[in-house]
Parts: sequence; structure tokens; C-alpha cells
Amino acid sequence: MEVLIEKENKKKNINFRGNVRELLEKLDINPETVIIISNDQVLTEDEKLEGDEKIKILSVVSGG
Amino acid sequence: MKCNLCEKKAVILNPSYCKEHFIDDFEKKVEETIKQFNLFNKNEKILVATSGGKDSLTVLHILKKLGYNVKGLLIDEGIKNYREYTIDDMNEFSKKYDIDFVIKSFEEEYSSTLDDITKKTTLNPCHICGIFRRQLLNKYSKEYDVIATGHNLDDEAQSILMNLLKSQTNLLSRLGPITGLKKDDKFTRRVKPLYLLSEKNIRLYTFLLGLKNTFTECPYSSSSFRNEISIMLNELENENQGTKSNIVNHFLKNQDKIKKIGEKEGSANLCYICNEPSSGKICNACNILKELKLI
Repeated sequence: MEVLIEKENKKKNINFRGNVRELLEKLDINPETVIIISNDQVLTEDEKLEGDEKIKILSVVSGG
Repeated sequence: MKCNLCEKKAVILNPSYCKEHFIDDFEKKVEETIKQFNLFNKNEKILVATSGGKDSLTVLHILKKLGYNVKGLLIDEGIKNYREYTIDDMNEFSKKYDIDFVIKSFEEEYSSTLDDITKKTTLNPCHICGIFRRQLLNKYSKEYDVIATGHNLDDEAQSILMNLLKSQTNLLSRLGPITGLKKDDKFTRRVKPLYLLSEKNIRLYTFLLGLKNTFTECPYSSSSFRNEISIMLNELENENQGTKSNIVNHFLKNQDKIKKIGEKEGSANLCYICNEPSSGKICNACNILKELKLI
């Protein structure tokens, strides 16, 4: 799975299967601070990931 | 999971809404906030303090959509690798949605950018920036009835906690969905149409409508006390949903008592240098400018 973390401007390739909430736990990201996108669609925390998706993790905090 | 109101896929949980029902619910909440707190009406002229960030673009977009008379004011503090990008975002947004805005800068007003100022002082850049921005917003809003800002539920919960932790009752009394209630033609009333909307839902709204697709973060933001409080509040919210709303609702229930304490502690004067509202003889902005030998 390819994961782009917008705030850090980092792309990671990781082996993962589970739901969105578990992915965020694995990456140590608080779900309150992000929204998750795959194929331009918003994913909710309960959605299952098969492991071959391209995921974007957008930061909620603009800090400006 | 499916939307609570139709068969489409949800984009948000608790409550579960699809894209269309989330957008509808979000805009209704802004409209309800405007009415609940009597922020402004359709005959009034509204100046939106805009940074080009998600919050102020959301305010501009919704107010225009609801038929209010809006214009944006962007303050260019002079922060390299940040402000130029948000000005680009703002220009693009302004053309796309036909919303007018003007830019006023620290450089033009104070002959110095925030980047330059931070090299000459040990004061927190967010503190200086906030003081100067408030002064310019007030100065350039005289012909408007209200200044609408993009302050949201997260901002307000953070401010309440920050002022409690620093025991600043006077500053606590200046919070709320509407400030500057005293009849005074020197001070433009400030209102917060996103007062009850969370930062996460605002980001979702801007993503779904394509209002803001680039990520911009002020390089000074990580140095602020607010940033520490924001991290802590998000951790609490994740463990106990509703924490931020509970803090703000508790404040609203006690706002009248808190306002009375604030009124006793500070009264409005005019700064003898710039003639803008001030709690002392010299306003905070002029105090800093004097210290920096800029006036």
C-alpha cells in the first residue's frame, strides 16, 4: 500500500490490511487531525483496506 | 457505512452522511449559528478576514452562497514560503467564485515584515502577528458593519483552555461567537459564523467542494502554546467524542458572568498614538512598534 502523508510530504510503502482506523493507529496519527482519501474518495474510519490502495492522508490543521 | 438519510456511501460517521447530506448539514449549521447568535443580517456589509486558508475560504463561500454582502480582507504579514502560496490560493478562489478581496501588508503599514520583526525581538511571533493583524483588521473595516472571521470550534475550545490555564479571565471574557458588542464606532463588531463547526468538518467541506486543495502551514505555528493545546485537545476528542463542544458549551452557559468580570477589569480607551481602541493609553501594537523603534 502506498501512503502519502500530506503534512510531512512523505510517501511510504507499507504492508497493511485492516480498516482505516487501524491504519492510522499503525502510523501513530490521531484520526481527529486528518481526513483519508483514496481515488479521490473520502474514506471513513470503518472502511476496510485490501492492501493495494493508494492512500492520501490530508491534514485537518492548516496552522495559519 | 451508508448515509443515515439515503443509500449512498458515507463520507463521515457519527452521524453518517454522504457527500450531499454532509454539505447540506454543514451549511445549515452555519446558517443556524448566524441566526442563533444574531451575528448579522442581509442588509449589513460583511468584511471577511481571510488568510486564504480553509476556514476563511469556507466563510466566504457559504456567506456568498447564502446571499450575504461579503468582501475579503487579506493581511500579508510577510512570511516567506507561506503567505505567497495562500495569496495565490486566494486569487484563484476569488476569480472562481467572483468574490472581491483586498490585501493590506505589514510592510506597507509598519515598514517591516513579520520575518524581519522576529529577528529583532524575542517576543513570540504569533503574539506579535495577532496584535498587528487585529489592529489592521479594525483599521480597514470602518465602512463595514461586521468583521467575520474563520474561527471554528477547535479555535474557540483552544482559546478557552489557554486562557484558563494562564488564568486570564479578562481575555476569556473577549471570547464568544460575537465580540465588540459595545456601541462604539471605533471598533468593528467581530463575528464567528463557524463557531460551532469543527476543524475536521471544515477541512472535509473544503475538500468535497474543491475549495482548497493545497496544504499550507505557517512556519511559526509549531512554536505556539496554541499548538500544544491543539494536540492535547485532539487526543482528548479522540478518546471522548464531544470534548471540544462540551468546553465551548460550558463557556457559552457562563458567558454572561465571565463578560461581567472582564468589563470590570478593562475599559476601552483610544491609543494616543494610532487612535485605535486600546485598554491602556498606548495599544499593544504601538507598544511593540515603539520597542522595535519602528515608530
